[in-house]
Amino acid sequence: MATEIDPQLLEKIQGAAQAARHAADTAQNVADQIAVGASAASGGAIDPFMFRLAIFALAVIVGYYVVWAVTPSLHTPLMSVTNAISSVIVVGALLAAGIDESVGEGSSIARFFGFLALTLASVNIFGGFLVTERMLSMFKKKG
Amino acid sequence: MLNGNIAALLYLTSGVLFILALRGLSSPETARQGNRFGVIGMAIAGATTLLYQLPWGFFSFLWVLLAMGIGGSIGVWRARTIQMTAMPQLVALFHALVGLAAVFVAASALYGPQGFGLGLPNSIHSTTLFEMSLGAAIGAITFTGSVIAFLKLDGRMSGNPILLPNRHAINIGLGILLAIFIFAFIATEAHFVFWLIVLVSFALGVLLIVPIGGADMPVVISMLNSYSGWAAAAVGFTLSNLALIITGALVGSSGAILSYVMCKGMNRSFISVILGGFGGEVAAPAAGEGDVERPPVKQGSAEDAAKILLAAKRVIVVPGYGMAVAQAQHALREMADILKSKGIDVKYAIHPVAGRMPGHMNVLLAEANVPYDEVFELEDINPEFPGADVAFVIGANDVTNPAAKTDSSSPIYGMPILDVEYAKDVLFVKRGLGSGYAGVENELFFRNNTTMLFGDAKKMVDGIVKALG
Repeated sequence: MATEIDPQLLEKIQGAAQAARHAADTAQNVADQIAVGASAASGGAIDPFMFRLAIFALAVIVGYYVVWAVTPSLHTPLMSVTNAISSVIVVGALLAAGIDESVGEGSSIARFFGFLALTLASVNIFGGFLVTERMLSMFKKKG
Repeated sequence: MLNGNIAALLYLTSGVLFILALRGLSSPETARQGNRFGVIGMAIAGATTLLYQLPWGFFSFLWVLLAMGIGGSIGVWRARTIQMTAMPQLVALFHALVGLAAVFVAASALYGPQGFGLGLPNSIHSTTLFEMSLGAAIGAITFTGSVIAFLKLDGRMSGNPILLPNRHAINIGLGILLAIFIFAFIATEAHFVFWLIVLVSFALGVLLIVPIGGADMPVVISMLNSYSGWAAAAVGFTLSNLALIITGALVGSSGAILSYVMCKGMNRSFISVILGGFGGEVAAPAAGEGDVERPPVKQGSAEDAAKILLAAKRVIVVPGYGMAVAQAQHALREMADILKSKGIDVKYAIHPVAGRMPGHMNVLLAEANVPYDEVFELEDINPEFPGADVAFVIGANDVTNPAAKTDSSSPIYGMPILDVEYAKDVLFVKRGLGSGYAGVENELFFRNNTTMLFGDAKKMVDGIVKALG
């Protein structure tokens, strides 16, 4: 009998941990909104999505100016390095790879996709930065 | 386990480091340092995620190491062994990987939302579902589009545009279908609808790139660069990850700017490139009008070329994709070295769309040890052609064609060109008298001060080197 109760108990504990994590996340969101709400006339009903959007918009503008400043002779390394940094998608892959197996029915599928993504992104991270370095080391001045 | 706020701060740090990585590329002197910032940023992002996910199960961690080991070794191997002439293919392939990774991460978030703090299956927030489907759709388009671009660049598929009947209608239809599926997915969170989105996007990626011809590849590869960024950003929104959002925005705008620069270099609108159908790999050699009377061309040997070069004081070399194909860059640098040792001034002029991707020629010349301060962009070098004794055009054609300035009926009319026509003598190293990618004849070939050097670019330059020595 004890062997049957054990996994149930485990599940409950994990459920509790999950709930705690959710509570923390929710608290975080509430805190975010309160912080903004204090200064916003709207009363703070701003979706956190808007903050992400703000960061995104600003990053696009920063990107615009930074990329125009890149010398045309380095456009190929620019492309290979942007390629390398876009594999920061690896954070998503790692999150997926670390999903606890017993959390839910889809978790093993999620982990599987995570590992696939991790493999692909790893090709890019190592390949992208290395090939950029290789190209840049070729650019030399006169004499 | 890492505190969520600290993790967010670290992700922000890596985003800032990525900005610095691009900033470094503003000059070759700071570029390598920039690349290192990028590496550090990536290491921080990776380490943060690993720490945030503590405690790791033993097997999970083993799998992570395995995946990174496999992917990493493939990456290192490709980066070490790839020929610089094949960079466009490699970059296209890397774009494909980012695209597919975005699809997989989105799928993973759909099947196991708990692991990403997105709630439980079947109760994912609709905003998140929207972001997820967007990431998967753009990622899937990037994937198949880049695979097609790779096949075309690698010569495994003809560079000719493949024009399906009613292709615009098909694309619009697929686009509408995609929108419907996305709405359905947000409403139902059904897993099969997610895969329908991915399937339709795969098809769209193929259909978008297939009609685009070889000459437009620099635009295509920049555009796919941009797409891979937007896909990453959409996944960043899904996961609320600052590093991904910032990076996606950077890469997206970078690719968009490069597409713009390339379009401008060809004087083509982005829309017309996307609609495709321009520039076959081998433009039908003057189809139908092959018998139009042409003045005879002046043909020369390597020895003739050597004589002309030795008589010059200022030489401007104009390399094009033909040089890359023939792997003539090393021989070319040898030739330039001999000329320089005889007191002749040698410079290189690079057209924005020379090669198969932005900046490709610069890398090839750098590989052949040509100092980067001898290499000039179009606006900087054009005023110097009237003072030059010889313009040595090797493997380039359309980018020197004066018809772009004079003949408003020419398909390349309005394209900025290198003014080689103003040089005292023009040497053309070419395989044959065929027209360029745009299928336009170059009137320069028939001018009095032009000498055509027919043959393989590398053999010809080797011959000149021998004749000079």
